[in-house]
Amino acid sequence: MLTADAVVDEEVTLCSRNPLNAKLYPLRLHLPPNNSAMHVLVVPQSSKDYKFLIILPLQLSTPASVSTSPAAASSKQPFLPSPSPVLDPGSLFPTNHIKVAMAANMFVVPQTQGTVLCCKCGILMTPNPANMCVTCLRSEVDITEGLRKHVTIMHCPECNSYLQPPRTWLKAQLESKELLTYCVKRLETDLKKVRLVNAEFIWTEPHSKRIKVKLKVQKEVLNGAILEQCYVVEYVQQDHMCESCTRFQANPDQWVASVQLRQRVSHRRTFFYLEQVILKHDAAAHAIKIKQMEQGIDFFFGNESHALKFVEFLGKVAPTGKSKRSEQLVSHDTKNNSYNYKYTHSVEISPICREDLICLPPRVAVSLGNLGPLVICTKVTNNITLLDPFTLRQCFLDRDQYWRYSFKSLLSSRQLVEYDVFNVEVVSPEYNVGGSKYVIADVEVARVTDYGKLFYVRTHLGHILHPGDRALGYDLYGVNSNDNELDKYTDLVIPDVILIKKSYEEKRQKKRGKPRPWKLKSLNMELDESRGRANEEKMNSEYEEFLRDLEENPELRFNLSLYHNKNYQPSEMASMGDGDDVPSVPLEELLADLELSDEEDGEDSMRE
Amino acid sequence: MATRLQFENSCEVGVFSKLTNAYCLVAIGGSENFYSAFESELVDVIPVVKTSIAGTRIIGRLCAGNKNGLLVPHTTTDQELQHLRNSLPDQVVVQRIEEKLSALGNCIACNDHVALTHTDLDRETEEIIADVLGVEVFRQTIAGNILVGSYCAFSNRGGLVHPHTSIEDLDELSTLLQVPLVAGTINRGSEVIAAGMTVNDWTAFCGSDTTATELSVIESVFKLREAQPSAIVDEMRKSLIDSYV
Repeated sequence: MLTADAVVDEEVTLCSRNPLNAKLYPLRLHLPPNNSAMHVLVVPQSSKDYKFLIILPLQLSTPASVSTSPAAASSKQPFLPSPSPVLDPGSLFPTNHIKVAMAANMFVVPQTQGTVLCCKCGILMTPNPANMCVTCLRSEVDITEGLRKHVTIMHCPECNSYLQPPRTWLKAQLESKELLTYCVKRLETDLKKVRLVNAEFIWTEPHSKRIKVKLKVQKEVLNGAILEQCYVVEYVQQDHMCESCTRFQANPDQWVASVQLRQRVSHRRTFFYLEQVILKHDAAAHAIKIKQMEQGIDFFFGNESHALKFVEFLGKVAPTGKSKRSEQLVSHDTKNNSYNYKYTHSVEISPICREDLICLPPRVAVSLGNLGPLVICTKVTNNITLLDPFTLRQCFLDRDQYWRYSFKSLLSSRQLVEYDVFNVEVVSPEYNVGGSKYVIADVEVARVTDYGKLFYVRTHLGHILHPGDRALGYDLYGVNSNDNELDKYTDLVIPDVILIKKSYEEKRQKKRGKPRPWKLKSLNMELDESRGRANEEKMNSEYEEFLRDLEENPELRFNLSLYHNKNYQPSEMASMGDGDDVPSVPLEELLADLELSDEEDGEDSMRE
Repeated sequence: MATRLQFENSCEVGVFSKLTNAYCLVAIGGSENFYSAFESELVDVIPVVKTSIAGTRIIGRLCAGNKNGLLVPHTTTDQELQHLRNSLPDQVVVQRIEEKLSALGNCIACNDHVALTHTDLDRETEEIIADVLGVEVFRQTIAGNILVGSYCAFSNRGGLVHPHTSIEDLDELSTLLQVPLVAGTINRGSEVIAAGMTVNDWTAFCGSDTTATELSVIESVFKLREAQPSAIVDEMRKSLIDSYV
């Protein structure tokens, strides 16, 4: 009986094909002696139509019942039961192969890789495209042939940098990633022939002036086998001072370019503010030296391009005019016609500052749309914002426009006078002018020093002034100005007082001496030694005013970085019972004191 | 005994010659060295015939045969066919077959009992093989290559196959062929076994690049060390007497 160990679902008959007439006849085979079991091995034939091949005789007592015909044959051959042309395969007729078609699925035999002998040394190994063991292959072929094993590199001992020809010096520590990249880059031409897989340093004594790098490379050899090999490259470090160190050694104070920043006013508020802006943007990072001068600051750079960049930066944050550049010849090489110069840039900032009172020249007033000739400057960035306090019209003058006319201010914040407010009558609703709210009101004020004279004036500060407040303003009644522009206006009605801002002086008295919860960083400036003690006091009081300004104006704080003052302890009697608190910097705007201050300030909260 | 030789500076001996137990075919070379190498080994035992097939010298790859017959492709000229019929012993049947795959040496690998063929061979060709050569025909691949005639060489005593053959494949083939098989290389790591060597039951010829290791493998798997032509004859005589009863 045909026992189906294989996946044989149907009954099968084994037939053989007669070679003469290509017909199927049942197969009769010699049985083994003693009726012992015969083994049948069914082997899948690796051909397209999934036929199985039964090799070796099988145990069959009688021909089985139904035949299944081979698949691809011109099949439907009827089973011929007639005994006569039955072939006895026992006679070793050539075609004793048997084919049985199965509709079974092919199963895949798991393949395990065998081992062969290496053709050279005869050890067992897994077959590879070269059919040689790795040692034999390596003895035959050396893929590192022709690659450089010794390279000389230049090293500057002063600044610990390495020369990348022709002129760049790369700063790198020993056994650092940058040094590894540099070393591999020096071998670039060699590494085009092979593929680099890994590179690492081998430790060498630093004094030995040798750097060793172990490289692992791959290359294709004989018949497609890829061989991988490690080799060591030795770099000899030669000491050679780089150009900047040479120059520095020759003269340590050597600067190549300088920027002289000036503003022709009597106070230094702009420079305090600019100092903070420069710190925030890190614009003076390349400056070798910074020196404080009268009416300005000098910046010294090692490179003309740094100076130019700084000048451009200034043009973006302050209303500077066109900068002038002058050169001074330092040295001249006659042999290759190269010249060394020292460059000086002179940059002037416009004298118009915040809270200045300006009388516009007639041409300017007309060009700005008949803006009332008396205007207040409310904001200075690289544009100047002018506000007409009576019509609440705001205008912008950008740098070029300002410097075309270059008018001066009539009165500046030094000339502010304190007034007491007695009565406020709101005249207009609240207007929002360029982000700030103003209300026009009629107020009754008198100078603090002279209560005798009362003034009835119109002001734009109606939204913050209340009776009993103090305000700062310009005393046009009492001032004696010899401004040319003002004289040009023959029929102008000049108000007696123009109020600029509210004064918190009284409340500040209580807080005097107490440290602020925030602080500012400062630039590393050299002070002008020639100034005396009096100037120092003036500077301190100006700085104090600047800090107060920062507290009062959130928009001023927008561009700057303020830091937590670690020394500040909030006192027990924090806020007085007054409803009207002194404006101060909210805590969210302060940055923790970091070394790098790239982050923006917190949300800009508007002061109410 | 395995001999190392070259055909006109090429180590691919199996391309230019065909060795069986009853005859040997050799290509016509510029010098007589190739022919004389074969002759010195086989002079009195079997005829060594110089021939070309289809006007080419790559006779080893174009024809397939064993002691019972020889199959040549349809491109063989009539003169060559006649020459072969005349030179070979009478019991060897020379048959020209019409087959699309005309490089029969690459498609068919055979010994005196079993043949392995290319999977795409025609059915008629398969029957002719079975008829003329007197063998059982199996369609197989070797290490995934369908050119079985190129990647294996076997005789009645043993066989050598492509080095990448897996162990399961090796077992399967060995069971089919009923001879011991080993995976190995020829001519210093070349995988094309049958092109690099030609073998019969008592002798083998390999390319001169064959290393000592490869040679020792060949000698051991084909059992060439103790084999001498007379020994074969003695064995056959014994078995003949046995079956007479």
